[in-house]
Amino acid sequence: MIALLAFYLFATLTIASAVLVVFARNPVHSVLWLIVAFFNAAGLMLLTGAEFIAMLLVIVYVGAVAVLFLFVVMMLDIDFAQLRSGVTRNLPFGLLIALVLLAEIVIAVSAYRAGPVFERGAAAPAANAVPNIEALGHELYSRYLLPFELAGLILLVAMIGAIVLTHRSRGDGRRQNASRQIARRPEDAVKIAKPQVGQGVEL
Amino acid sequence: MTALFQSWGASYEWAWFWSMLIGILVIALPLMLAVAMIIYAERKIWAAIALRRGPNVVGPFGLLQSFADGLKVFLKETIIPTSANKGLFLVAPIISFTVALIVWAVVPFDVGVVLADINVGLLYILAASSLGVYGVIIAGWASNSKYPFFSALRAAAQMVSYEVSIGFVLICVVLYAGTFNMTQIVMAQQGHIFGILNGFGFNPLLFPMAVVFLISSMAETFRTPFDLTEAESELVAGFQTEYSSMSFALFWLGEYGNVILMCALNAILFWGGFLPPIDWAPLYAIPGIIWLFVKMLLFFFIFGWVRATVPRYRYDQLMRLGWKIFLPLSLVFVFVISGWLMLTRYGAVA
Amino acid sequence: MSPAQFIKSFTLWELVKGHALTLKYFFKPKATINYPYEKTPMSPRFRGEHALRRYPNGEERCIACKLCEAVCPALAITIEAEPREDGSRRTTRYDIDMVKCIYCGLCQEACPVDAIVETPNLEFSTETREELLYDKAKLLANGDRWEAAIAANLAADAPYR
Repeated sequence: MIALLAFYLFATLTIASAVLVVFARNPVHSVLWLIVAFFNAAGLMLLTGAEFIAMLLVIVYVGAVAVLFLFVVMMLDIDFAQLRSGVTRNLPFGLLIALVLLAEIVIAVSAYRAGPVFERGAAAPAANAVPNIEALGHELYSRYLLPFELAGLILLVAMIGAIVLTHRSRGDGRRQNASRQIARRPEDAVKIAKPQVGQGVEL
Repeated sequence: MTALFQSWGASYEWAWFWSMLIGILVIALPLMLAVAMIIYAERKIWAAIALRRGPNVVGPFGLLQSFADGLKVFLKETIIPTSANKGLFLVAPIISFTVALIVWAVVPFDVGVVLADINVGLLYILAASSLGVYGVIIAGWASNSKYPFFSALRAAAQMVSYEVSIGFVLICVVLYAGTFNMTQIVMAQQGHIFGILNGFGFNPLLFPMAVVFLISSMAETFRTPFDLTEAESELVAGFQTEYSSMSFALFWLGEYGNVILMCALNAILFWGGFLPPIDWAPLYAIPGIIWLFVKMLLFFFIFGWVRATVPRYRYDQLMRLGWKIFLPLSLVFVFVISGWLMLTRYGAVA
Repeated sequence: MSPAQFIKSFTLWELVKGHALTLKYFFKPKATINYPYEKTPMSPRFRGEHALRRYPNGEERCIACKLCEAVCPALAITIEAEPREDGSRRTTRYDIDMVKCIYCGLCQEACPVDAIVETPNLEFSTETREELLYDKAKLLANGDRWEAAIAANLAADAPYR
């Protein structure tokens, strides 16, 4: 009973906030609604007993990705009039994408009704006694080790690629060299002089 | 407690509801009190280090100073800037206050004395604490003012940066403990060093990580060496600039709630939580909750002590520390520790 | 970088040293005094709130020579005078605007009869600005209240004048 109620609560809120992401006037509000949607999705995951995935969703998407989203969107200088002027030009393209997505949903639903695809290869659902994380860990590091490592490698390459593409060092920058500062000793930098009266200091 | 309510004739759902409600109140109300007392304690610590006296007028030894301050703040007018985004402006302090409270659900005060003893406790803490930045970032943006906005950007970058190294440090702890459950993490520290000392922090492999975690937790709660979000010399008062009255007080409570939480996490993850420091039977006569509080107060003293000692970092130095020192260091320790555990615990000498 | 420096930077030696120093200060006696209950010793020449003195027989000292009004660099003093019934020259009005006053003490130096003086009192804050516009009655009342302290201070300072 409560589970059902919670499911409908989370599901409605997810869909409602997803709709608001699209219809919110202000892009920052859109991102915030997106975060609410992520949250409710995490709640749905919790209901299915996938607490690890739920926490990861919150940590990775809400805690990191959406922050960066918000970061970028907040700094945008948005001209609403200019945004609207593009609607007619982009309308056919947008409709095309919408159609493709609709077709995908229809195909997915009909495929689901036709029966599961990977029945033979599917892993048995973890027994309740084994905690979620342990079950996932066993699967990831045994059966799916190669795809897992590959995914990691691809992400690493993407990250390094992004840095290589965008980073350019300005020649005129004066950077702090902390290790050189630490390596400096008082003996090298300071000379204690005891000048006689009327003689001055030799520099 | 659920069983108690059930014995009074309540159905399971209602019994659960009431016991949870009482549990939340039992944690949240003393926490608010603790925040008030801890602000007083901190002011006394700074004062003592600066050879001053600190608050000593309101109540005996000035103990009621924080309550007087609180009362004053509540009596102030709530000011909402005309160009602010009103809804978000008001929601921001609520978010940062709520987030500071919800994390306490998984903090174990003793064996079994925990509101929600969930399997993914540590992940829950990571998730909830990563939400803390939203209060700051929304406040900064909704104020529609220059300095709060700068502060919000700084806060976002700082939190995301230090969460990375905190994540790796936590992985080290989890590798040793073999679980994400907070209570079990504490229990795994029992007799960790030759069956004598309780606490991962005594392990030479984990001690550097304990230090990294301590420093990162200061950065995570925007404490002094890293308080660039409210650097008063450049940003007026940071993201709180436009806030007054209750909403300001909520930020304040949230901030100190987070500080206490970080003290608790330092104690729980590295120094044995509710276990006495030495695994010696007579010490167990003292309740675990007292050990935890003593450790938390010790860490709180360190927090205040550091704040009274070191000056503020520059922003590029902050980022350098996070990304160029803590991240590689903690990454190396993840490798070293997992290798060491493979050698010793799991016996993989291939 | 020498090995010693390497070890120092990794054990955060300088940081630990700094914290040890502040911890030492934590246990030192306080340098500040508990102000409203404790006060620091004060010089007999201290220049605080103003007062008009009287002779021991109750006659006011001020003879309305207006030297203080003339010397006041902040133009804080306003004096009006006319002969009293017994023919002696007295002030009818003696105002000091304490908001303008810079507490230079030139008025008490200029006074030939030691009438206008600055008392050692420094706790005369008020809630409104108007209360700081002192008139003759207020100044004379101050003199009556602080006469003992003023006389003691003048006696202590006399050998150096």
